[in-house]
Amino acid sequence: MLTVSDVAEKLGLKVVVQGDLSEIVSGCYVSDLLSDVMAHSKERELWITLQTHPNIVAVAVIKGIAALILTNGRNPEPATIIKAETEKMTIMISPHSTFELAGLLYSMIKESRPSQAGPS
Amino acid sequence: MSESGSMEGSFHLMGGDFTNAGSASSELKAKLVNFGVAQSIVRRAAIAAFEAEMNVIIHAVAGTMHYLITAEALTITVTDMGPGIKDIKQAMKEGFSTAPDWVREMGWGAGMGLPNISKHSDFFKLDTVIGEGTTLEIFFRLKERNADS
Repeated sequence: MLTVSDVAEKLGLKVVVQGDLSEIVSGCYVSDLLSDVMAHSKERELWITLQTHPNIVAVAVIKGIAALILTNGRNPEPATIIKAETEKMTIMISPHSTFELAGLLYSMIKESRPSQAGPS
Repeated sequence: MSESGSMEGSFHLMGGDFTNAGSASSELKAKLVNFGVAQSIVRRAAIAAFEAEMNVIIHAVAGTMHYLITAEALTITVTDMGPGIKDIKQAMKEGFSTAPDWVREMGWGAGMGLPNISKHSDFFKLDTVIGEGTTLEIFFRLKERNADS
């Protein structure tokens, strides 16, 4: 079982807003379309995106996302940070591209639960 | 947690207010949880409400989101002063959107709003008048209430 904190540590992610880092990660969803995330992401998944505006926090909160990860070293907008702090939603930044980060996370999640690997 | 009776209320929605996008839906979600609505229905209702809220923020000048929860059903009614929907059939098609480019760059306007509402609700009703506005009524059966909470 992986926690948000395990993921942050193993992938060298910079935690910009700290929510509940002990939350257990159920998987990961990758999308920059917010309606797609609303329709297809699942509770306690990590969400990898390039979007940096405050609406990502609103979507993450309503979907019960474990943490947001922004790729390519993108920084969240100041308003996003304020909203995430209010909502206690973790936001982390990775220097990796979305493709690289998703690959790394896929392996990590697969190793942590070998029997349930694959798309969920 | 009320086991009987009903609860209703409403939220104001402002067109173009992306900063507070999702606030009404989040509040509604909390109210549903407090009322004792089953988790699975809360999840579906939150998605449908958020999409309806975004439709107002993206396309309309202003609107309201009204909710009525009874022992049998949840009804979310979103009424807006907006441009109306010219072609409902087209608007229901996944991928079709009239949202401007800057809204699409934010990751909205993918043409998934109404399809998402349709998929996640038990049924919905759409009334629209061009140049005046749109009323969307979204229904959820609550018979299985408390079943998994």
